[in-house]
Amino acid sequence: MSKMHLDPQRTIERVNATLGRRYRKEQRFRRFGLGAVALGLLFVALMFLNIIGTGYSAFQQTRVLLDINYSEEMIDPEGTRDPAILSSANYAGVIKQALRDRFPGVTSRGDKRELYTLVSSGAALILRQQVMENPGLIGTRASVWVPADDDIDMLVKGHIDRAVPESERRVKDQMVAWVESLEVEGRVAKVFNTTFLTSGDSREPELAGIGGAVMGSLYTLIVTLLLSFPIGVATAVYLEEFAPRNRWTDLVEVNINNLAAVPSIVFGLLGLAVFINFFGLPRSAPLVGGMVLTLMTLPTIIIASRAALKAVPPSIREAALGVGASRMQTVFHHVLPLAMPGMLTGTIIGMAQALGESAPLLMIGMVAFIVDIPGGALDPSTVLPVQIFLWADSPERGFVEKTSAAIMVLLGFLILMNVLAVILRKRFERRW
Amino acid sequence: MLNVTPNSVGSVAPPAGVVGVGFSPTADDSRVISGTVGDIKAADPRMTARNVDVYYGDKQAIKDVSLDIGKNEVIAMIGPSGCGKSTFLRCLNRMNDTIDGCRVEGRIMLDDQDIYDRKMDVVPLRAQVGMVFQKPNPFPKSIYDNVAYGPRIHGLTDNKQELDEIVEQSLIKAGLWDEVKDRLDSSGTGLSGGQQQRLCIARTIAVAPEVILMDEPCSALDPIATARVEELIDELREQYTIAIVTHSMQQAARVSQRTAYFHLGELVEVGKTDDIFTNPSHRLTEDYITGRFG
Ligand SMILES: Nc1ncnc2c1ncn2[C@@H]1O[C@H](COP(=O)(O)OP(=O)(O)O)[C@@H](O)[C@H]1O
Ligand SMILES: [Mg+2]
Repeated sequence: MSKMHLDPQRTIERVNATLGRRYRKEQRFRRFGLGAVALGLLFVALMFLNIIGTGYSAFQQTRVLLDINYSEEMIDPEGTRDPAILSSANYAGVIKQALRDRFPGVTSRGDKRELYTLVSSGAALILRQQVMENPGLIGTRASVWVPADDDIDMLVKGHIDRAVPESERRVKDQMVAWVESLEVEGRVAKVFNTTFLTSGDSREPELAGIGGAVMGSLYTLIVTLLLSFPIGVATAVYLEEFAPRNRWTDLVEVNINNLAAVPSIVFGLLGLAVFINFFGLPRSAPLVGGMVLTLMTLPTIIIASRAALKAVPPSIREAALGVGASRMQTVFHHVLPLAMPGMLTGTIIGMAQALGESAPLLMIGMVAFIVDIPGGALDPSTVLPVQIFLWADSPERGFVEKTSAAIMVLLGFLILMNVLAVILRKRFERRW
Repeated sequence: MLNVTPNSVGSVAPPAGVVGVGFSPTADDSRVISGTVGDIKAADPRMTARNVDVYYGDKQAIKDVSLDIGKNEVIAMIGPSGCGKSTFLRCLNRMNDTIDGCRVEGRIMLDDQDIYDRKMDVVPLRAQVGMVFQKPNPFPKSIYDNVAYGPRIHGLTDNKQELDEIVEQSLIKAGLWDEVKDRLDSSGTGLSGGQQQRLCIARTIAVAPEVILMDEPCSALDPIATARVEELIDELREQYTIAIVTHSMQQAARVSQRTAYFHLGELVEVGKTDDIFTNPSHRLTEDYITGRFG
């Protein structure tokens, strides 16, 4: 082999020769990256389009204007105005009367029964509430907007096509005709659906809401936060700042990291076996849900907190120890405050995970059909993702939009939490 | 302990077998370390270290070092990187306790107390033996809180006025008062490097320690800031005992009264700074101060 000559001329020639190839490689790599990002964004966009496209109509509710006759003989024939009587009166009859009055041509039994299905069974509840609040209404007449039945709701929103033949449609021609005659009079309107946001679950899609699930999620998350944040932070601080490095702490560390990889449903089984069967805590309760989700989020919080503690420069610890602070003072006066933003970020991300979790909660009975809005952590309740699961499983057409709308609400909360985490990180980001 | 190795300046030829490199400082007899040369004792010792060995795991970083740190003197510790200056300094207030696997043997006394005694508590020890680090490390808190932190945790003051007084006095002593008196509430990390280091010195003297240990306090500072800190060290000498590690021989010559030269974990030579720099006894010391290696 001849002797190598290294001279500047040769170097520049060689560099120039390979330059084009190097840049092409770089370009190709950049295009790959961009392509991957674009693909990801495309899927996210498709998902959002699909969900919002199906879900947005759930935020509207179809209502029908009926002329109600609060007749005394139907509501309170004896005129006592006794709340017990008022509360159990036959308001459904009042509604039916109003419908018959509006469509006097309907006479046969079968047609009448069909006519009554124009409005929701929730309409009677509205009347009852009105009368209970103001018994003076009895004996008067008024026009009242009542919710339409879910099939009519779907028809008005266009989810049921009026053009297809009757046999392929859930709503009979006759009913379409009634709805159209009401529409002509301006007695059909779509209003903002407060029911969806405030009420609990229901078998009737037009009466079902996510209020119960949101409250259930809230109580569950509060329990999770109250348990997992202190335990997680304390564990992280102990392991990072106080524990001696030996085989035991190594073992603990390995286990915590493994715990993060355990499928969440396993935590549900554990919760069922330990919290419910052994300790006898109530089923379906946010308390138990929160405890199970604590098991699930703890590794996340511990790992994030330890990373935050590790990121505090050792010079700060030395500074504190150097003036005679004890280890405890060093940690609590200096290290912990500096690590706190990172810990909070980790906690929020852990909470977001917990909010979206459904599998372990199925195991502890939070999947039950619950109409009442829970008033505390011990009341039976469900949570948002489980509610989505339940509705997605329901056959009624009206639940399709509800499912997507509930997903929108859940995603809204998740985005909110993630934004909070990002803001926190940006706001307290520190460079030493 | 006066083991003076014959000083054989000029008589060394490169030993046979060493090729290419003209000079190999450890390859002849005059550079063997056999105990410390010079007087390890101080006239009025505040701290005394005897036969100190330090190990990091299995690796020995300090070998049989004995040294006094005298009252109201500045003792400089010099030597090439990695020779154990910081390690030795950190033994004096037990900062090495925080390092996993670090083991200290031998005896170190502060006045009459053995600081490695099992009954000795590090909290009061570190209140008496303060430390200033290589990289300025103010707390990310206000200037006031930085200085007030030590007095607060040790409960040195009874009320706000006393604390204000201590903060002011400490900042004055550290030569920082005039620059920061109008912005005591702004963050300590917003100061320049030299100001930060003086803030750290103020923080250390706010607890009124007897001894101040400084580990290359000027290595991250520019020449002007360095000059200020050196001036400050000279002023502080009247009240405190100071041990300073430095890699700048000029600095050692400027600020210290005694100088200790470390080499590969051993204390090679100790003596009056003037003597060390004008007339070193050990061959290794001479090599170092004449800039042959280090
Ligand atoms: N935390 C540590 N763990 C292990 N070895 C260390 C540690 N700190 C220092 N050492 C070793 O001890 C020796 C002395 O280091 P040090 O005291 O920092 O030297 P100097 O301050 O004189 O440059 C070096 O060989 C270094 O590698
Ligand atoms: Mg050092």
